[in-house]
Amino acid sequence: MRLFEYEAKIILAKYGVPTPQGGLATNASQALEVASRLKPPFAVKAQVLVAGRGKAGGILFADSIDEVKGAAERLLNAQIKGIPVRSLWIEEKIRVKKELYFGITIDRFKQCYVAVASAVGGMEIEEIAAKTPEKVIKTLINPQQGFLPYQTKQIARKIGYSGAQISELGRAFERLYTAGKDYDAELIEMNPIVETADGKFIAADARIIIDDNALFRHPEYKKRLLEGESEFTLQELEAMKNDLAYVKLDGNIGVIGNGAGLVMATLDTIQYYGGKPANFLDVGGGAPSEKTALALKIVLSDTNVKALFINILGGITRCDDVARGILDARQKLGITKPMAIRLVGTNEEEGKKILDAAGIHAFDSMEETAQRVVEMSRGGS
Amino acid sequence: MGIIIDKDTRAIVQGITGTQGSFHTKLMLEYGTKIVAGTSPGKGGTKFENVPIYDTVEEAQKEDPADASIIFVPAPFAVDAAMEAIDNGIKTIVTITEHIPIRDSISLMAFARENKAVAIGPNTPGIITPGECKLGIMPAHIFKPGSIGMISRSGTLTYEIAASLTGKGLGQSTCLGLGGDPITGLNFIDVLKMFRNDAHTKAVVLIGEIGGNLEELTAGYIEEEEYPKPVVAYVAGRSAPPGKRMGHAGAIIMGKAGTAESKIEAFKKAGVQVAEKPGDVAELMTKAFNSLSKKN
Repeated sequence: MRLFEYEAKIILAKYGVPTPQGGLATNASQALEVASRLKPPFAVKAQVLVAGRGKAGGILFADSIDEVKGAAERLLNAQIKGIPVRSLWIEEKIRVKKELYFGITIDRFKQCYVAVASAVGGMEIEEIAAKTPEKVIKTLINPQQGFLPYQTKQIARKIGYSGAQISELGRAFERLYTAGKDYDAELIEMNPIVETADGKFIAADARIIIDDNALFRHPEYKKRLLEGESEFTLQELEAMKNDLAYVKLDGNIGVIGNGAGLVMATLDTIQYYGGKPANFLDVGGGAPSEKTALALKIVLSDTNVKALFINILGGITRCDDVARGILDARQKLGITKPMAIRLVGTNEEEGKKILDAAGIHAFDSMEETAQRVVEMSRGGS
Repeated sequence: MGIIIDKDTRAIVQGITGTQGSFHTKLMLEYGTKIVAGTSPGKGGTKFENVPIYDTVEEAQKEDPADASIIFVPAPFAVDAAMEAIDNGIKTIVTITEHIPIRDSISLMAFARENKAVAIGPNTPGIITPGECKLGIMPAHIFKPGSIGMISRSGTLTYEIAASLTGKGLGQSTCLGLGGDPITGLNFIDVLKMFRNDAHTKAVVLIGEIGGNLEELTAGYIEEEEYPKPVVAYVAGRSAPPGKRMGHAGAIIMGKAGTAESKIEAFKKAGVQVAEKPGDVAELMTKAFNSLSKKN
């Protein structure tokens, strides 16, 4: 789950990581009120969950409180990369001497957290790594010892600091790590962390992605995700609430299958035969008929869908259950779109018989079904 | 034959009284897996399918020591269960549970390393040495004993490919699911090393997917070590968009990192045969086998 900048900054401030003074506003008069408590000049920042917000016009600067009003009105009426702006974070503008990068993420191979730092900041870390890989410093964090003070000082030295600045920067790194760990962040970054004209360090922008599987430990964010603004569509949220994994894509073949790898492979196979998948949907193991019906409802809510591919490899999932679920849903939802169904595994014969009786032929091979559904999607029906 | 588990493996089931735990215990027993005990705090002293149940692993180990544990405990408590098993001398831990937080998995893996235990998963279908032992939730009938090792990040896709291998007469030595999470115990390289030393394994199938760079590192290992057995790979997620989690917690392209293209390219560079579709794996494997028997 991605946090908004303001949520991340509130967490950082709580852990003693220096951040600019600021406040949240959802309308222009609130923005004025926030600004009146701060020292000019100001930065007015759209709270949207998109990368490259600054370049897309999501950050405006204001020298006076009057200008804050204008900036707030403009942003609240704008869309940033297609996302409407619902709230703003207004903060004191920092006098930048140098922009740095610092973040903590996961090293999958080494099975631990890793600190990533760079003397170049303000752009995506992948971009920094691609342009100047020698400037990216990675430090593995031992899960038992944690992030140690000497490691933070080594990093501060490597990105070019000396004297009292080493300890100051090191403390910010350590605190960020603690915040990240406490909030189950799979990514926590200050990008940029700024060296100010007077030699202090301050996190000018912050990003936190909370591990979805740890949201049970952070109910306040889980609530915001499910009930408030988030990066997910309504369909994606409905799927999430019902333990289905759904991702909308831009093609016209609806896909439902059991198992993440199998569904991904199904999308790839459709693409291989020249078709375009409209979504990813994994119904998971077991898949009782209500779940199959809900999956169909979600997939068909996308009006681009012209044909459906249901790919079930029954292990724990029983093919006859799935067949009944499909027929039930077809009747209840009044589905008229053509379906290509592949059904193999546990109770396959029975499942196929049930579908046959309803005039639906179930295929054995994923490839054959993919070819068939691609034809259907072109049929104009 | 095979790796990690065989006909002599003695296992316990942690979370044996839950819906998943009891269902799969029955299937594993039917397959012939030696399940010597189960645990379920508060239900000690009872039995399930004649398997004695204990409150703690410590008690189970005193009665009848096991060398492996399979865990069906819910996510918030699963890592505690795994650590309990390791702390009580169990050296192979298979964590079936999905949705375990990354922070917890990181602690578990550090603990496993310290105690020299082999951790499989989490979020794995488990491991099967066909004809001998199954510690997992996979449908047993699609596997048959043979000489192909399989390593995968996915469940049903493994079944898909295993079934097509079996259909072409290509049996398996051991099939192991690494798990669909970002942090897992064993990785492709660890298991490739085991298959290298296993005389019964003649060739290996790798099933990767988007997210992370394990496939790229694995390709590097195969190339540098001039891996002596043929390897065929399939990578799922060519059509996946960046920034979206494709079902598995670990299946996500971050920026430009973790794409299927990058993984496929790395495998090809390392001389690994890469299948375009799941159905092509068996065919590529048949060819690899034929050229093996010509060499011998």
